[in-house]
Amino acid sequence: MVTSQASLKRDGVQDYVTIRATAIIMTAFSLYMAWFFLATPQITYEVWHGLFASLAMKVFTLATLLSIMLHIRIGLWQVLTDYVKAPGLRAALQFILNLIAFVYVAVGLFVLWGV
Amino acid sequence: MKKQRPVNLQLNTISFPPAAITSILHRITGVALFVALLFVIWAWAVSVSSPDGFALVSEQLNGWLGKFIAIGTISALSYHILGGVRHLIMDTGRWEELESGNASAKAIIGIWIILTIVVGVVLW
Repeated sequence: MVTSQASLKRDGVQDYVTIRATAIIMTAFSLYMAWFFLATPQITYEVWHGLFASLAMKVFTLATLLSIMLHIRIGLWQVLTDYVKAPGLRAALQFILNLIAFVYVAVGLFVLWGV
Repeated sequence: MKKQRPVNLQLNTISFPPAAITSILHRITGVALFVALLFVIWAWAVSVSSPDGFALVSEQLNGWLGKFIAIGTISALSYHILGGVRHLIMDTGRWEELESGNASAKAIIGIWIILTIVVGVVLW
């Protein structure tokens, strides 16, 4: 039986809760952005820049990016353990892809910082 | 140990039930979204940082490749959300029978196809 899940000392219940909690945050962000694009008649640089200038939106965006990283960590683990059987290759792929997921968060943080 | 089970290798006689199709689509769209984020986060970071960057991203989004990526991303995201909502409803004990499970699977695939067509027509 595989006891270690997506990361060290994490069990299935934690993965179950994490994947759903992060999903709710990302869905809320997606719906908000969809509403923004539908409700804004003309999206200019000022409007777009202004959207991410508020503190609330910065927090919401960062929370979404962190959710993406945690969600990817679990989802990727599920997919890779099913399809990539060689342990070395899987470890390497998981390392690189999780690093990319972290880069998403880091890029997001520094971009938000400058807006 | 010798296996006594019958083996069916005639692939054209095997068809996935709707619930199985939603499951594999959820995985495919999940992986696709991970890749799509490269483009989405690039576009967001560049467009929000300077007026020149905003103009560059607007130009890219008006090209066929930009439109293709945008529509594909929205399509994958909408499917992944629909599948996720179905999972959340199943967590409450609903839609777990053969009939209701397959019906909800067909329903989200139907809604997804309609949404994708609408988004495709509007954005293209």
